[in-house]
Amino acid sequence: MNKILFSAVSKKFVMALAGLFLLLFLPVHLGINLMLLKDDPQPFNSAAHFMATFPLVKVVEVLLFLTILIHVVYGITLQIQNWLSRPVRYEVSNRAETSAFSRFMIWTGGSVLIFLIIHFFNFYFIKLGLVEGDPENFYAIAWQLFTIPGYVILYWVCFILLGFHLFHALQSAFQTLGLNNDFWTPVIKGLSLIYAIVVPLGFAVIPLVIWLIK
Amino acid sequence: MPDMKFKLKIWRQKNEKTKGSFVSYDLDNVSPDMSFLEMLDALNKRLVESGKEPVAFDHDCREGICGSCGMYINGLPHGPVPGLTTCHLAMRYFNDGDSITIEPWRAKAFPVIKDLIVDRSAFDRIQVAGGFISVTAGAASEANAILITKTKSDEAFDSAICIGCGACVASCKNASAMLFVSAKISQFALLPQGHVEAKARVRAMVQEMDRQGFGNCSNTGACEARCPKQIKLTNIARLNREYYKAY
Repeated sequence: MNKILFSAVSKKFVMALAGLFLLLFLPVHLGINLMLLKDDPQPFNSAAHFMATFPLVKVVEVLLFLTILIHVVYGITLQIQNWLSRPVRYEVSNRAETSAFSRFMIWTGGSVLIFLIIHFFNFYFIKLGLVEGDPENFYAIAWQLFTIPGYVILYWVCFILLGFHLFHALQSAFQTLGLNNDFWTPVIKGLSLIYAIVVPLGFAVIPLVIWLIK
Repeated sequence: MPDMKFKLKIWRQKNEKTKGSFVSYDLDNVSPDMSFLEMLDALNKRLVESGKEPVAFDHDCREGICGSCGMYINGLPHGPVPGLTTCHLAMRYFNDGDSITIEPWRAKAFPVIKDLIVDRSAFDRIQVAGGFISVTAGAASEANAILITKTKSDEAFDSAICIGCGACVASCKNASAMLFVSAKISQFALLPQGHVEAKARVRAMVQEMDRQGFGNCSNTGACEARCPKQIKLTNIARLNREYYKAY
């Protein structure tokens, strides 16, 4: 059984499914974040309240955390195995014509994880009562964070790296699931590029608009 | 075209147990029409004549079909020209006076035996695990007893031309053997004769691949880019599908 669950193909299959689930979550989060651009804090705070209290969302939340955990643990495990598979490195590094984004998934993914941990301290842990703050007014907390230049720069860097991660992630997940052919693969690659630009840009533009207009 | 000269930096290693290092050689009078292996032959002739140990490297057919020759040349398996094996790589593809670094394939599953020769028997063990069709020996059956479309036949052939040289493993940042295994799986999966043992085959070959210590596929595509037979990544997607179907 272990041979099936932890074979090279199975581990990638689990990574791909977990990754695709996370890809579905991001636009939902973005949709709520865009409410930060309204002058009225009510819509954003209501949405945050709904996400924190609605029972079905709570179930999805557990699934989401589980998915993140699986994606991270499997990602690190696969990477360690990959490093061990070539104990002696080449003198001249590989010049094969491949996408740079695909070669740095562990590092772009790691950056996203670090941002996620900071994000938990700023918001999620307040909801749990582990960090001081008003869980019913995340609007004010977000606006306050976006007034800190260092935080905004870190936010942008992390979303650029997330974009790099997503660009390879989406097309790679389809390949891992066995969905690759001459017609659909170029379409999927195009959609990966659009997704990897639009979603991180959507997040990154929020502090910019707050800075420039508000 | 006048003769060329090169600065060679070659990995020398006495055997599997000793530690190797790079040794530099200056080689002149290299004809641009020589193949890379002929250039190494010329170097070895000179080394032997001066009482030194020649550089050990694998070679057999020198026609690009046996998969024996394989070395990592200036950061690329089989050198700078896509779609060529080392034996087909002519020295005219380099510039006169170039420095050329030559390394063996690097992978845990391909230990260095001597200089540029690596042990690729891990591939053999994967093949033995399931890369075959069990048939009853006897008289050859009627060629058209099982009808196969030209498209499928061509597709299977495109996978079957894998020569098992190991360039996919050498070029992959994870030393993954997925392109090799997927080509071997595909050549059978695409033909009706291969369907009977399809499930057992893919399970056994993937299990053996894991056991040999190859890395995992990151879908970077370096294998496809550097495969001398230009085996496609679609084979890896097919291997994945075949594996899921097997459980």
